[in-house]
Amino acid sequence: MIEEKMKYSPEDIKTKKLYLDMGLTQEEYDIISKKLLNRLPNYTEIGLYSGMWSEHCSYKNSKPVLKKFWTDGSRVIQGPGEGAGVLDIGDDQAIVFKAESHNHPSFVEPYEGAATGVGGIIRDIFSMGAKPIASLDSLRFGSLTNTKNKYLLNKVVAGIAGYGNCIGIPTVGGEIEFDDSYNGNPLVNVMCIGLMNQADIKQGKATGNNNSIIYVGAKTGRDGINGASFASSQFSENEDNDRSAVQVGDPFMEKLLVDACLEINRDFSDDLVGIQDMGAAGLVSSSAEMAAKDNSGIKINLDLVPQRELGMSPYEIMLSESQERMLLCVKDGAEQNILDVFKKYNLEAVIIGKVNENSQYCLTMNDQVVCDIPTRSLVDDVPTYTHELVKPERLINPDTSFDFEVENPYETLNNLLSQPTISSKKSVYQQYDSRVQTNTVVDSGSDAAVVRIRGTKKALAMTTDCNSNYVYLDPYQGGQIAVAEAARNIIASGGTPIGITNCLNFGNPDNSESYFELEESVKGISDVCQKIDAPVIGGNVSLYNETDDHSIKPTPMIGMVGLIEDNKNIITQDAKGSDELVYLIGDTFDDYSGSEIQKMLVNKITGELNHFDVNQEINNQELVKDVIKKSLVKSVHDLSEGGLGVALTELLQKNELGFKGQVDLTKKQLFSETQSRFLISIDSAKQSEFEAIMKNSANLIGKTNDIELVDLELSDGKLLGNMMDLKKSWEEGLTCLMK
Amino acid sequence: MNFGIISFPGSNCDWDLYYAIKDELNESCKMISSDETNLDEFDVILIPGGFSYGDYLRSGAIGSLASAMQAVKKIAKEGKIIIGICNGFQILTESNLLPGSLMVNEQPEFISKWQNLKVENNQTIFSNKFKKNQIVKMPIAHGEGNYYCDEETLKELESNHQIVFRYEDNPNGSVNDIAGITNKEGNILGMMPHPERAVETILGGIDGLTLFQSLKNTNSEVIK
Repeated sequence: MIEEKMKYSPEDIKTKKLYLDMGLTQEEYDIISKKLLNRLPNYTEIGLYSGMWSEHCSYKNSKPVLKKFWTDGSRVIQGPGEGAGVLDIGDDQAIVFKAESHNHPSFVEPYEGAATGVGGIIRDIFSMGAKPIASLDSLRFGSLTNTKNKYLLNKVVAGIAGYGNCIGIPTVGGEIEFDDSYNGNPLVNVMCIGLMNQADIKQGKATGNNNSIIYVGAKTGRDGINGASFASSQFSENEDNDRSAVQVGDPFMEKLLVDACLEINRDFSDDLVGIQDMGAAGLVSSSAEMAAKDNSGIKINLDLVPQRELGMSPYEIMLSESQERMLLCVKDGAEQNILDVFKKYNLEAVIIGKVNENSQYCLTMNDQVVCDIPTRSLVDDVPTYTHELVKPERLINPDTSFDFEVENPYETLNNLLSQPTISSKKSVYQQYDSRVQTNTVVDSGSDAAVVRIRGTKKALAMTTDCNSNYVYLDPYQGGQIAVAEAARNIIASGGTPIGITNCLNFGNPDNSESYFELEESVKGISDVCQKIDAPVIGGNVSLYNETDDHSIKPTPMIGMVGLIEDNKNIITQDAKGSDELVYLIGDTFDDYSGSEIQKMLVNKITGELNHFDVNQEINNQELVKDVIKKSLVKSVHDLSEGGLGVALTELLQKNELGFKGQVDLTKKQLFSETQSRFLISIDSAKQSEFEAIMKNSANLIGKTNDIELVDLELSDGKLLGNMMDLKKSWEEGLTCLMK
Repeated sequence: MNFGIISFPGSNCDWDLYYAIKDELNESCKMISSDETNLDEFDVILIPGGFSYGDYLRSGAIGSLASAMQAVKKIAKEGKIIIGICNGFQILTESNLLPGSLMVNEQPEFISKWQNLKVENNQTIFSNKFKKNQIVKMPIAHGEGNYYCDEETLKELESNHQIVFRYEDNPNGSVNDIAGITNKEGNILGMMPHPERAVETILGGIDGLTLFQSLKNTNSEVIK
């Protein structure tokens, strides 16, 4: 007999209001019992609802906002709603990509939290039928003066490396930002990109009377029980009680799963009706979502589910988030083909249930029915919530008092380069295998990573981006800039943006100011995506990023992919040698709100966000694209955090070049973060051709040389000093802080 | 030449090697299951990098017990060419086909980067297309590449000229900067750097291809 059923009867659940502890509200319980079931749900059933109706699985708080994303575009084969979105890249090939957050688990247990974040997103990609070809990680931590944050950074990076390196998918890029708002609530967002033939696309679908449900992979254990619900609640510093909610990863098992599932998709595509990974809310979410797609019924015998521990209850089996498990729907009669492939890979695969036509979600254990509810009630009948929007005070009456002086621009630049957000992340990305699969052309450390597509002339550029300081000062415009800057990274690498995914990391949606930030930044993101024809093809929402009522800065992370039609156009950010002409593209204003210089000088982000003109941005991007296509450039680098001074150092550092030139900007403007700007270096022989295209948009500011000195005449002073010292500050900034 | 690549569960550089041999070296190449017991048809056996059997227990330890490794031992004795790269090198030391062992890096983190190597011995079947003391560049990517052996073995390796590649600016703490060694007979090579990742200009370098081309250089007099 099943213990928990003995312990809590449906009446107990009602009178003791046990559903509240599971994260369901009174209203939601009433909808379930009075409208959907017309009876009191038992313990297993209410557990399933709590997982499936959590924000993490249902997007009940964010759905009304997410509908505002622009998701069209001629390349879209699969938009939001499946495991991951799919884009047409021509020649009957397609790419699949998605990003996912693993913020809460990574705070509780950073190594496993980050590792299983990597594992989870990889499963989303190969369950679509694609071979995972690259991943990127967008990370955010509190200040490194705090030992806990150093520990978190070390362990998260080790977790990503431990999983990603073993499974053989190159980790090619990402970003790391440091800000005190992430104290106690780091962000770990992982993006994965896959490649496939369009004919091989699979969906997470269970349909067809009497077709079989096959479970494959790791056994189900008591790890991560109802983790989806855990991710959808606020944090307390006293998080030790949550430790059991974090899962443990096994990248070796996942490697076998990837290989076996791709082999099945290749050799037995007709037998495979659908496939989905068991991610958040484990077995229940995968099976219910697959069945709900066609309003199928499904009947699963829980006695057949491989279990790692004895005496697991239906609630535990269904809501376990044990890693490395997949669920397949296979045509009746074809099961052996599939089971044989898994056997070859030494993977445990079992038929655990059948699809039927009665639209009920039915579970049995020990010959008893332990759950019998309408399939769709788990997936489609979730109430959605719109929230009040309140514009935060800081946006209504912005504090515009920030001002500063620059005495010695060289000294200021030197300090800025060693700031953790700006300085080189080499010590981190050197721990990631970025070259396995032998397709990586440009790895971490340039504006975007580039992976070629074997057997074609094409390549993919990929990047993750978000400046949370900007979003904090202006959620709409900050959202716009997040997309614009990601696009600038793609353009600077020789690509054309073709689509985005995102992780929307925000505070508690019940807080009207957080919800305002979410809604506004989604609008900003969507508007620019539409303008540059880069649709939103999927994403992930992580709300409740608060610790003890202290919210993170709004962080809508953008993961963007661009297509490079001809790999001869791949370009990197470093000048290649001396005597290259260096141009600044785009106008520079006194834009210091939300800048790194502001953060460094006053450790506070204030002001009205800088002027941003999306049309100007697109104009500049198109010009840069044109000169790259015509092979007129040696290097292209986008200007971002830290402004011109930082970008110039980054342009010169790799080949240890010097620079001499002159620009009509003030000392302060060397650190301005005006958007829509690039630095480009070209061979002097191409000067007239280059300038004929660029006209007034490019400003020749100087020439590279080999004397390791940066010498830039400004309108009110001079940037003058040793290049190698700048390089040293930039290279050692992060490592010094980690000591 | 007939190349065979042993694919263990958890190998992840097997296909990289396949493309390197087939598309860049233009030689025939076949994937082999680690359950295979007969390797007689092959001239060269490649043991790829990755995490065979998850590298649980100890890197390469379980891999060394696979059936295919018994077959490798047999054809190695017959003088066939064997190359183990990264995890493949670990499997070869675990199988006692090469001396010494590979420990956790001195800085115990995984390290992945382009690495300069010095060609210490260009008189081997693996390195005859390089110049002696030539500096070549190949990616490394490992957490356990810190080569160690006892002093007596080290002396032997040095005096027999079994050290083919040494690291410039030793990244992992290996004794005498050892990056790659052969057996005494000179038909087995183990190395931590990945030559298969350096076979095309677009990937950043072609020094790895030169290594594979050395195998085809039948005119060379191999001196030990």
